[in-house]
Amino acid sequence: MADDRRTHRSHVSYIDKSRGYYGAQGYPQAYQWAYHHAVPFAALEKPLAECRIGLVTTSFFERKVDKGAVAGSGTKEPYAALCDDALGGLYNKDLFWDKDNTHTDDLDSYLPINRLREFAAQGRIGSLADRFYGVPTDYSHRRTSRRDAPQILEFAQQDELDAVVLVPL
Amino acid sequence: MSLVARHLEEAGLPTVVVGSARDIVEECGVSRFVFTDFPLGNPAGKPGDVDMQTTITGMALDLLEGAWQPRTTTQTPFVWDAESNDDWRRHFMKVDESNRTALAAAGDQRRAAQADAKADGAGRG
Repeated sequence: MADDRRTHRSHVSYIDKSRGYYGAQGYPQAYQWAYHHAVPFAALEKPLAECRIGLVTTSFFERKVDKGAVAGSGTKEPYAALCDDALGGLYNKDLFWDKDNTHTDDLDSYLPINRLREFAAQGRIGSLADRFYGVPTDYSHRRTSRRDAPQILEFAQQDELDAVVLVPL
Repeated sequence: MSLVARHLEEAGLPTVVVGSARDIVEECGVSRFVFTDFPLGNPAGKPGDVDMQTTITGMALDLLEGAWQPRTTTQTPFVWDAESNDDWRRHFMKVDESNRTALAAAGDQRRAAQADAKADGAGRG
C-alpha cells in the first residue's frame, strides 16, 4: 500500500469509539478500561517442540449460553471442553465482533485448533492440549481477576500446559 | 482476556494474546501480543484462508519463543481490504449526524427494557 499521511492513528481505538458510541446512547459514565504500568513476564522453560500448548477463547457453547442475558452481565462461567467438541463451531453472536464486515463460521479464524494440530504434527510444538478453555467477556474486572483467571489457571495446571495462546474475539 | 493472560504470567505460565483490539490489550498490558489489524472477529486469520491462519498462528508461536521482555507486540502483515481499508474502521460503532437520534432512542429503549426486567424479577420474588 502507498505511504500516507494521517491526523489520527490508523488502527481503531476501541476505547475511544466505545466511549463515543455509548455516550451517544445516553450512558454518561464512560467504561473504566483496565490499565497497568507493570506487566508480568514468564519465559518458556523448555523448547517449543516439547511444549504442550493450550487455547483460550471468549466464545461459548450455544447450548450453555443464555441468549437473553446482556453481554457482560456475569451470568457466564469459565469452562474447559474438549477441542474435538469445538470443531463444529462455537457460539459468539452475543459478542461485539464486527457483524457487518465478517463472520465467525470458520473456527480457525478465531480459535486455531486445526492450525495448532498441524504445527504439532510438524513437530513445531509438542502438542495441543486435548481441552481448550472459555472465559466470558466481562465488564467486571473483579469477576475476571478473582473468579475467571484463577479458574483458567487451575485448568491449565490440571492439563500440565507449558504455554497458553489466548484469542479474544 | 488480557487480565487472564496477566494472571497466568504471574503464576509462571508463558502466554501470547492474538487479537485485533490493539488499544485495549496494550493498555491492560500483556507479555506478548500478536496484533491483527482486522475487524473484530477473526484475529487468527480470515475465514477459509488456511495459509493466513497458519502464518498468524506461527507468529504467536514465534513470539512465545522469541520475546525476552513484556509488552512485546508484533503485527501481522495482512490487510483486511487493500482497496478501502478505512471503510470498516469508520463504520464500526460509528456516531455521526446520520445515526445520532437513532442511537439515543436505542439507549432509551434498552434502559426501559432493563428497568422492566428488573421490576419483573422483583415481582417474582
